[in-house]
Amino acid sequence: MKPIQSKEEYQTYVDQKTPNSPILKNCFNAFWVGGLICAIGQIIFEICKIRGIDETNSYTIVSMLLVFCSAFLTGLNIFNKIGKFAGAGSLIPITGFANSIVSPAMEYKSEGYVMGVGAKMFTVAGPVLVYGISTSIIIGIIYIIFNTQSLILV
Amino acid sequence: MIFIKKVGNQSYILSKPVNITSTASIVGPKEKEGPLHQFFDQCLEDEFWGEKSWESAESKIVKETVNMVISKSGIPSREIDFCLAGDLLNQCIASSFGLRETNIPFIGLFGACSTFVESMIVGSTLIDGDFANNVVCCASSHFCSAEKQFRFPLELGNQRPPSSQWTVTGAGSVILSKDGNGPFISAFTPGKIVDMGIKDANNMGAAMAGAAEDTLITHFKDTGRNPSYYDAIFTGDLGHIGKDILVDLASSKGYNIKSNYNDCGVLMFDKQKQDTHSGGSGCGCIASVFSGYVYKMLQEKKYKKVLMIATGALMNSTSTQQGESIPGIAHAVSIEL
Amino acid sequence: MDWYMVLKAFITGGIICIIGQILIDKTKLTPARILVTFVTLGVILGGLGWYKYLIDFAGCGATVPLTGFGSLLAKGTISEVQTTGLIGAFTGGIKAAAGGISAAIFFGYIASLVSKPKIKKQ
Repeated sequence: MKPIQSKEEYQTYVDQKTPNSPILKNCFNAFWVGGLICAIGQIIFEICKIRGIDETNSYTIVSMLLVFCSAFLTGLNIFNKIGKFAGAGSLIPITGFANSIVSPAMEYKSEGYVMGVGAKMFTVAGPVLVYGISTSIIIGIIYIIFNTQSLILV
Repeated sequence: MIFIKKVGNQSYILSKPVNITSTASIVGPKEKEGPLHQFFDQCLEDEFWGEKSWESAESKIVKETVNMVISKSGIPSREIDFCLAGDLLNQCIASSFGLRETNIPFIGLFGACSTFVESMIVGSTLIDGDFANNVVCCASSHFCSAEKQFRFPLELGNQRPPSSQWTVTGAGSVILSKDGNGPFISAFTPGKIVDMGIKDANNMGAAMAGAAEDTLITHFKDTGRNPSYYDAIFTGDLGHIGKDILVDLASSKGYNIKSNYNDCGVLMFDKQKQDTHSGGSGCGCIASVFSGYVYKMLQEKKYKKVLMIATGALMNSTSTQQGESIPGIAHAVSIEL
Repeated sequence: MDWYMVLKAFITGGIICIIGQILIDKTKLTPARILVTFVTLGVILGGLGWYKYLIDFAGCGATVPLTGFGSLLAKGTISEVQTTGLIGAFTGGIKAAAGGISAAIFFGYIASLVSKPKIKKQ
């Protein structure tokens, strides 16, 4: 090998040396775990429908139950193993959002219940709420400005 | 002014080699499952070790390791003149909290994962300069406290990329003395900060390999030695990727270290069985591997001349978020019988 | 029970997760950035009214991933704007998504009371 002269050259060399993530295997695991979580959600939804609960509430019940399961598994120290196996499969569904709130809450318990659990709970999930809510407000304002159905392609 | 101990640009040969009187190491449960477990003095069953937080568990590891090394050496603690220690936690709290009851003058050091060799270098100069007779050096790290500070909560379900490394839970400690029967610290080369422009905090090995190469080659040039002078050369925590890179970088400069070089992070874990990706890292990695494995090899005369190069990544989580690259550092110390 | 719908949810949800996985592996984005990207994308798609079609097709396959959470924020905002005007832009989103958010906070708090983090053995 010839001596490396520049930082760019070193970066290219390092990229070559660093093994890539096993993307096919990861995608396969993400697909079936993520799919399974959604399918479980759909089964809960169907049960709600049979019981005569309206659609909006049913979706909320699905979210809450999945959030509960995720928090429960995180508390049992199991969710990180699922996450390690499934990657985006457990991160992208609402279970990942719940895990990202529960895990820092548990982690920072040693710093107390107010500044530890209370404050650090949102270290990972906080940005999700900030960007989600801010974007939705902007959408609402745009809707008011145009106040027309043209934006909403119904 | 003539520096009589300095050779070349940045290496130093001690007029009277400093003796390594005793060593001690305590490691965590995952290290216990690793291939080196029989060399450590104590392996813990869990990461908390009866403490309420990982930070205080790490302090306890430091405290017990230092107590152990002092009692093994047989030197009364009032005859120890300095305690040099460091770790990865903010403001080095693991060391200072762990050692607050020792009653030995304390100098806290920070060199990221290079702290252990840094403390041995400072200790040797104190002894060689007649400031001290006995110095205790210690470095520690803890997987959980390091993850909490640098990465994500433990229970977060994320995937670690293949280049990531596993912070070693453990501490290693040595006592350096003026007199003794060896092994001896005969020379050292403090490293310069080398920034290779790597920004990926999950690829520390690549970020530090440049610094390791710089120190390694400077050491050879300054002292006129070559790789075959040593029975073994160890780097601190370059991991599998960094180790390969260092071998390549050194051979590109005309030094072949392939046959007698290894990395403590590579030795610490079984890559296949323990799923540690690129290997071990952290201050405690080279500290415990030296205090456990390498020192015993020296005592059994399996190695006669060893070069220890501790590598450190001088970054924190803020600098990574601000998009800064990761500067590396490496300190080398030559140990001979 | 509509098992065909369950199958559609499985496949759609799985495909959305594959997109996330490719993003993780190829761009080295942190989990927080991935979640932000998906929620923001969901809000925009929901605001444009496009995400509704995916929900009609796949049910929970579209609502359970975080894009669905985003689209719920957008949907809530727009329906509230239609009834209360500007105030609705500020109240609608969270109102619609309140169930999931409150559940996550509450269960997270409970979990932190009763449970302690452990090292990943693997």
